[in-house]
Parts: sequence; C-alpha cells; structure tokens
Amino acid sequence: MDTAIKKSATPDALLTGRLQKFFRWESFLILIVVLVCVMNSYLSPYFLDPWNLSDATFNFTEKALIALPMAMLIIAKEIDISVAAIISLSSTLMGLVAQMGAPVYAVAFVGILAGAACGLFNGVLVTHFKIPSIVVTIGTMSLFRGISYILLGDQVVRDYPDGFEFFGQGYVYWVFSFELVLFAFFALVFYWLLHRTTFGRYTYAIGNNPTASYYSGIKVDKHRLILFTLVGVMSGVASVLLTSRLGSTRPSIAMGWELSIITMVVLGGVSILGGSGTIAGVVLAVILMGLVTFGMGLLNIPGIVMTIIVGVMLITVVSLPVLITMYKTSLKRKEAKAL
Amino acid sequence: MLKRFVYSREGVLSIIVLVMFFGVGVISPDFISLSNSISIFNDTSILIMLALGQMLVILTRCIDLSVAANVAFTGMFVAMVNQYFPEISMVLLILLSLLIGALLGAINGLFVWLLKVPSIVITLGTMSIYRGATFLLSDGAWVNSHQMSESFIALPRFEILSMPVLGWMAVVVIILAFWAMKFSVWGRNFYSAGGNPMAAFYSGVNVGKVQFYAFLVSGTLSGLCGYLWVSRFAVAYVDVANGFELQVIAACVIGGVSIVGGLGTVVGCVIGALFIGVVNNALPIIGVSPFWQMAISGLVIIIAVIANASSDKDKARIILRKPDKSIDSAQPQSH
Amino acid sequence: MNNAIFSLKKVSKVFPGVKALDGVDLHLYPGQVTALVGENGAGKSTLVKTMTGIYQPDGGEIIFNGKPVQFHSPHDSHALGITAIHQETVLFDDLTVAENIFLGNYPLTKRFSIDWAAMETRSQEILSSINAHMNPNQILRELSIGQKHMVGIARALSVDAKVVILDEPTAALSHHEIHELYELVNTLKSQDKAILFITHKFDEIFTLADRYTVFRDGCYVGEGFIKDTNEAQLVEMMVARSIEATYPKKDVEIGETLLEVSNLCHTTEFANISFSLKKGEILGVYGLVGSGRTEVMQALFGTTDHVTGTVKMNGQEVIIHSPKEAIDNGIVYVPEERQKQGIVLELPIYQNVSLPQMERLAKHGQIDQESEMALARQYCERLQVKASCWDEKVMNLSGGNQQKVVIAKWLATNPKVIILDEPTKGIDIGSKAAVHEFMSELVDSGLAVIMVSSELPEILGMSDRILVMNEGLIVGELSRADATPEKVVSLATGGSVTC
Repeated sequence: MDTAIKKSATPDALLTGRLQKFFRWESFLILIVVLVCVMNSYLSPYFLDPWNLSDATFNFTEKALIALPMAMLIIAKEIDISVAAIISLSSTLMGLVAQMGAPVYAVAFVGILAGAACGLFNGVLVTHFKIPSIVVTIGTMSLFRGISYILLGDQVVRDYPDGFEFFGQGYVYWVFSFELVLFAFFALVFYWLLHRTTFGRYTYAIGNNPTASYYSGIKVDKHRLILFTLVGVMSGVASVLLTSRLGSTRPSIAMGWELSIITMVVLGGVSILGGSGTIAGVVLAVILMGLVTFGMGLLNIPGIVMTIIVGVMLITVVSLPVLITMYKTSLKRKEAKAL
Repeated sequence: MLKRFVYSREGVLSIIVLVMFFGVGVISPDFISLSNSISIFNDTSILIMLALGQMLVILTRCIDLSVAANVAFTGMFVAMVNQYFPEISMVLLILLSLLIGALLGAINGLFVWLLKVPSIVITLGTMSIYRGATFLLSDGAWVNSHQMSESFIALPRFEILSMPVLGWMAVVVIILAFWAMKFSVWGRNFYSAGGNPMAAFYSGVNVGKVQFYAFLVSGTLSGLCGYLWVSRFAVAYVDVANGFELQVIAACVIGGVSIVGGLGTVVGCVIGALFIGVVNNALPIIGVSPFWQMAISGLVIIIAVIANASSDKDKARIILRKPDKSIDSAQPQSH
Repeated sequence: MNNAIFSLKKVSKVFPGVKALDGVDLHLYPGQVTALVGENGAGKSTLVKTMTGIYQPDGGEIIFNGKPVQFHSPHDSHALGITAIHQETVLFDDLTVAENIFLGNYPLTKRFSIDWAAMETRSQEILSSINAHMNPNQILRELSIGQKHMVGIARALSVDAKVVILDEPTAALSHHEIHELYELVNTLKSQDKAILFITHKFDEIFTLADRYTVFRDGCYVGEGFIKDTNEAQLVEMMVARSIEATYPKKDVEIGETLLEVSNLCHTTEFANISFSLKKGEILGVYGLVGSGRTEVMQALFGTTDHVTGTVKMNGQEVIIHSPKEAIDNGIVYVPEERQKQGIVLELPIYQNVSLPQMERLAKHGQIDQESEMALARQYCERLQVKASCWDEKVMNLSGGNQQKVVIAKWLATNPKVIILDEPTKGIDIGSKAAVHEFMSELVDSGLAVIMVSSELPEILGMSDRILVMNEGLIVGELSRADATPEKVVSLATGGSVTC
C-alpha cells in the first residue's frame, strides 16, 4: 500500500525531490572544498604534501570537536556561547591538578569532568529557570573564564606530566594525528546519534516545535540538559587536546573560539533558528574553514584577515537563503496574479 | 509613588547599589567622597552610553554584539584622521565618529530589517569584520598619545562644574534617552515592537524599521564612545574594548532589560551600568584582585536573569473570579 | 437610501497555493450594522485584514467615501477612521491600559511629547463610556481575558471611527458583558458609524444587524436585508446545501467508570473540578473561550504546574506531572492549537505519528524506520489521511488532514481516554463529518472520549453527557436528554438553569 501511494505521486514531484537532494547545501560545500583545494595547490607547491596537510588539521580539530555537539544544540533551538570559557576553566583545573602531581589520565579526566560540570550548569540554568540560553551562556562565559582568572591570575602553568603531550601532539599512524583520528571517531558517533537514534529524532522535533514535542511526551527539558552537558563534555575533550598541544595553560586560552565554532556550524547548513542541519554539512564546513586558513597561511596572510573572511562567510550563508526565498516568493506572487 | 519605586526592580537595584557604595565607604571613607563619586560616574560613562544603545536593540528582541568592535574601528579611524590631519577641528571629528558609528550600526540594522536575518548571527559576523577592518585600517600599528593632537586628548577631560566633559556627555545622553523613551512616539515604538510585534504591526508600527533605528542608535553611540575611548586612554590599537560588548549586555540585563524584548527602562539600565562601575571601582579598595572582576560580572548577570525569570513566572491566565477583590478592582482608583 | 461609506469591489487576495478572497464585494452603510456570515475558512479574517491594511489586496478596488483608496499599512486605514476589534487580542501585555488604548495614536502636547495625563483622562472617559471600570495605569498583564477585550474595544473607539469592524467580539465575553456590547453597538449605530459585525451566532445577527453579506470559500455569495431573510436561508447560502445537523452518534453500550477526577484545583485558572468518565462515553465540555476548559484538560494531561486534587484511572489513583506520564497512563490530548501544540509541521507524517513512542519502536536506541512506517501506514489509512506519501511533510497537508495525523498519532499509542479540544476548529465540512464519525467509532471500540468544543450543535449532537464551565468552575452537568441549546448557553454565560 505504501508503494502504491508512492506510485500515485506524480513523477514530476519525485524528480524535483531528487533534484533538491542533489542541490543540497552539502553538495555545494563539497564543490567549494574541491575548488579551494585546486586553488591552494595551484598557489603553493607545498599544499599537497601529506605532512603539511596533516599539520593543517591541527588548526581546526579542537574547534571541530565542539562544533559537532554544538550543531545538535543549535538544531534543538538553543545555543552555547560559553564553550571557549569552558575550555579555559577546564584547562586551568587541569593545570592545577597537574601542578599537584597528578598522573596523565587523572589530568585528562579532570579536564573532561570540568567540562561536563560546566555544561550541566548551563543546562540547569536554562531548563530549570527557563532563561534563554543566549543570556545564560553570556553570563557563564564571564563566570567560567572569570574563575580561571581568579585561580591563575597572570600565571602560566607548564608543569604537565610526561606523556600528556600525546593528546595534542601525538600520531596514531603515519600522518594521522591523535586529534584527527579522535575527530573522525566523534564525527561518526555524532552522525549516528543525530541521524540514526531516537535521541537525534527528538533533537529535530524539539528544534522545530518544542511545545508539540512536549505534548507528544518527549522530556524536552531533560533532552536540553543532556545536550548542554554533551557540549560541555566535548569542550572538556577539546580543552585536553588544546592544553596538551600548547603544553601550557593561561586564562586567556581559546579566546574568541565561540565565534569560529558557531560559524562552522552555521556554515555547515544548520539553521540558527533550529530544526534543520546535518553532521555531514558541519564536517564539510570544518574542512573548508581549515583549508582556507591553511591556504592563507601558505600565502602569508595575517590571521586577523581570516576573521574578516569568516565574518563575511557567516553573513553570506544566512543571508543567501533569505534572498533566494524572497526572489522565489516574488516570482510565485507574479504567477498567482497572472492566474 | 515613592513606595512604588522602592518595590520596583529599579528601586531594589538602586538600593543594592547604594548599600554597596556606602558599605565600601565604611572600609574606606574616601570612596564615598563627592570627587570619587564623580570619578566613578565618569569611569562608567562609556558603559552607560553603550548600554542605553544596547537597551533599544534588546527591547526590539535583537542583540548587538558588534558594539565593542564598532568602538575599536571608529576610535582607530578618528585617531588616524587626527594623526594625519591634526588641524581638523574637534567638532568635525566628533561628528565624524557619530557618522561612522551610525554607518556601522546601519549595516547591522539593514540586514535585520530587510532580510529578517537573526541579529545574533549578523552582529557576530560584523563583530569580526569590524575588528578585522580595524587591523586593515591601521596595519596593526598603534596610535599613541604623542601622535594625537592636544585638544583630541584634552576634550573629554575638560572639567565643567568639577565633572569632566565625558561625564557630562553621559548625562546628556541619559536625559535625551529618558525623554525619548517616555515622551516620544519614536521611543514608545521600541516597547510596542518588542512587546508584541504582531500587535505593533496591527497598530501601524513598522517593526523592522524600529529594529533598524535601534541598531542605528546603538551604532551611533558606539561611534561616539569610540572617540571617547581612544581619547580617554590616549591610545588606539586593534584590540581596544575587546570583549566589552559582554559588559554592555550585562549592564542591560542587570538593569532589568528583558532579553525577550519589550521590557526595560532608561533608569534601570543606567543603574545596571553603575552597578558594574561601582563593583569595578570598589574591588581594589577592599583589597580584592582585579582578576575577580570578570567572574563577578558573570555571576551578577546570572543572578539578575534568574531574578527576572522568577518575577515573570506568575504569567498564568487569570480565569477564576477573586470573590473579595473583584469589587475593589472594578472601581477606578489612583495610586 | 443613503450610499455606502465603504465598499469593496471585486477584491481578491492570493496566498501561495490558496485564493483566500476571490473577487468579493462588500458594502457598509453609515448608521447600519452589516453582518458578515460565513463558515470557518470563508475568508472572513482575510477580509478584515485587507480592510485594515494588514494585507494588500491583489486585485479589485477599495472605495471609501466614493473615492478609491489604497492601504499600504494599517496606519493608512486607521487614519481614515477604519478601526477593528480583532478576534485575537492584539494588545501589549507589558504596557498600561491607557497606552494600549492610544498606541499608534498618542495624544501629543505641543509637538512631539506624549501627553500622558491626557491619555489617562481620555482612556478613563472611553472606558466608562463602555461601562468598563478599570484603572488606566494598570499593566495589561494583570487583567482578565474579558477585561482585556474591553480594552480592545476601547482602543477601537479611541479614534474618531467612521467604520467599526467587530470580528467575533462576543466569543470571550460573559452573558452580562455581551449585553453591554449590544448596547454599545446600538450607541455606535446612533452615532452614524458604519459597523461590520462578524459572528457565528445567529441570534446575534438577528438582534443586531440590519444587513447581511454571505461569503463561502473566499467567494461572495449574496447580500440583503435581515428583515427579508431567515436563519435557514442564511445557512443554506453559507454551506450551499440545506443541512439538518446530522451527527453520526451511535448508541454504544456505556461501560464501567474509567476516569475519575475529584476536586482538581489551580490557584488562578480553575477550582473544584470533579467528574467521571465511563467506557464508551462521549463527554462534552462546553464553555466560552477563556472559561478554563482548555486549562482543565491540559492539567489532566500533565502540562500544568501547581494542580491539586486526585485523578483515578480504573479506580487506581495516578499521578500525572508530564504528558509522558499521561500517555503512559492511557490519557492522550488532541490540542486546540493544532499547529503549535499538536504537530511538528516540518517533520514528515510518519515521524509525527511515531513521535510519542519512538522508544518502543527503536532497537537499542536506534531508529527502526520499517516499523515506524508500518505504524504510520496502519493508522493513517484507518483515518484516511490524504497524502501523496507517508514521508511528506505535514505542513503540505490541509488542515483537516493535519488534524487526522494528530489523531492517528494518539491512536497509535493505544489510549484509554482521548481528549479532543475543539477537534473540528478550522477544518472543512467534509473532514468535520469524518472526525465526528470517527469519534463514534472510537467509543464503539471501548475508548472514552472527552470533547471540548464551543460549537453548540457539535456538543449537543455528539455528547452523551455535557459539562458546562464558566469562570473556571463546572456550573452544570446535563444528560443528553436534558440538554437544550438554551440551557447550555445560559449556564455557560453565567445564568442559572431555570431561566
């Protein structure tokens, strides 16, 4: 019966469906990624060197690890702009336990646990007090980083135990760094979580219509709480990697990262209003931003110019679809008038 | 009337600020002297002006994260104009800063008005664009005090009735804002457009345009503060006012401006900014390291929004007739 | 015969996919009340929005005082003295009563400054002229729904109106307030204002109106004088066929008590709600908009905090604090606000149907699309949902089919009690009949149904028993045999059964 109904649909409708699938945002991203690769290899002979490429991944893997749960959070109509501050606090706490002589795994565990606690704190404020997540995380952004400043002041911690540097500097196999492999692993995990599980389905349902989701028996607040905690955990993981890569902690670590992370997510086609987006899109956006940064590094363009490009990309990405729909509706309107 | 003020949000907040102020005065009597009070107000002037601009934006259900970047860009721009053309008069220079600020604000506003794009994304984008543009403009170089003209640095410091011009500018902005938000249709439109956009539209208010005006004002004030900032600290560089947008939003939130729009007063906003100003000035005096400042403002934002949220909680529909009160409330009465 | 002050000629309004108004005509005359009659979806609210400049027409002419005019915004029509009391309250909860009345039309001193004192005294005058006594400085949020409505009326009268549009003004008013409104309409009439009165209630049309205009499916059907027509004729024009209310009520054997609610209370919304529901029974709950009926049902479904009282299912006390617990206990709720609460428009049909029981359908947390599809197919076919395929987005369906998807979603959970809140609001006649028929089928299969409705014929036609609510209280319980339209309405509007 199901197939019978499908057959009754006009072939036309199916065709547009297929075309729509083909012209998805993700396909567009792939195209741009290929273009950037071609351009980069044309501009610099060093671009295609595997070790150079591998080095280039270090400038985005940590941010990308946070972009994955952030995508889910934004799909669920929430946002967390305290992630960079969570990195700072978690790194500070790791530094303090490292100074007390804790072993490698204890240090990493403290980092992740601190991240989870920060995320949970955000989640409780949002769900229990019904405060918009943007305000909550503006507040906790100051709070978390502020605690780092209280604990460290202008100190820098460098006393990490031997072996700790593996997380951010080690290689698993050939050119594949631990960071890159970890990112690939989590990309798959989050792909499965968002697109294959009930948890993922609830995320979309809540993002599109929180009230109807609640009326359908979904524990909306609990779901949001888990998402915020997840963002916290991944920020903790990112903090372990970053601290290990830099080999040092200072309170100003990862300053301004929230902007690039949110840009990655939005660039990946996740609607800032919630309800739609895919992990594949976010991963592609991450790769794209990594490649552009890398290419600019090869051309000796200063990093701050990158922030201009990121800003322009962000605005273009949200404005373009609006312009396109405006154009489409004006066309439709004309058609309707002609009838 | 007085009783009503004391029980209002602004009332509670001003009592807290006063208690804090005199509390520190017990430890250090100099703190509450007239000259120090003026100096605290003067220190907080820029925050007050930016917070008032931000309030308009938040009232219309938007947010402007680009204010600090706007301050940096405009500040750098006027500083460089002053550096290369020191003969240009201060009046023109201030007009220039207003104009550039307005322009940067208008860019935000146009995207929000015409494309209906969420303001948080637009201003997140323009925040990094304006900051990056500051770098391109200056090529990363600083403009130091010796490169600025004498009047450029002296103007905000010039004292009238023992308060510097900087403080007087804030006073003028507060008075203008108070009048506009209470007695002009233009000002009331911010409340209606944010309180119930659909109903505002039905009442002939162009909500998008009101949002545009909010960004325009916020940008214009940021431009003015751009000049004031570089002049006050006698230096212009790319990272001027980095992260200051959060303090500005904090001042609004503490002052009772509701982030969901339509609620907030000029008085509350000013007291919210003064709260931060008093805390910042009091910390060194009571012997707390300035490293505490950031965490305290974070904590205060959280406490303020929790307080806001729980006071709004009683929003249930009133259906049951209250037997004893119904006669009471049916009679017109004046407080 | 004087001429029309306001006319619409061949006005059309097109939305993507729908022709909401198709060349309609309307004439309003000074000092006369014109009733606009039509079913839900006939284009009445689109018409009001076109007349007040909220929508711009795609074709036709608007003529005011003999001259063609164009409204580019609500401001333009307001400036000509066309004012409307909208169906939804379009007011500002955080502003004062006085400001709500004058917003968009502030009294100014000298040039630019708003004259708050004048605003206060003038609102006081307007409010007392319509017998609404409240403090102009009160914040609107603190008022009851009826009071807010009076503010809306005061707002419409604050301008020197020439044309007053009343869009279902009595829906939320009490008995007493309705009579005051009638007087008000007569006063406005004597002031030579042209009045457009939109209502569902035929008694209002025949009490107040001088003329009528009938719309059907966005088209103009006819107009004339009230004195030359009767109810049956109007109904026939509205629905294009004569209907004797046919409600497919089957006689079902009523079983043992399933649900028992006693002494359910809430601080501000309702008090002392006690009733029981038996297997196979349809319990109708009638009340005006804002009488607390929806609030009681939402409390039963666990979405309301601070509720006291006990709920028993099959004699066992159950505690319901969330929809999840309600669903687990076999109580489901089809909400009135379908698009807001009932369904996720952006998700496909099958995902909406499976939403409440994803966990049961999933294997180790992983979605099983096959069984989801099977479930959707089973229940959507049973309800005859019309869609090209089951993974079509719900937003592409018609209102009636969306409602069927909501019901399918709940039936798939195997409920014992199904609460239908305004189940036929805003859906076409065909789907309406289908929903009614289906209700009969439901009780036949052993379910119990609570139906909340403000459509009297539906309540009388479908219920075994009727509860009437007013101001948050149950004010009467009538059996099917006892219930007459007069009794129900008089109870619901604050009268007593005897009148």
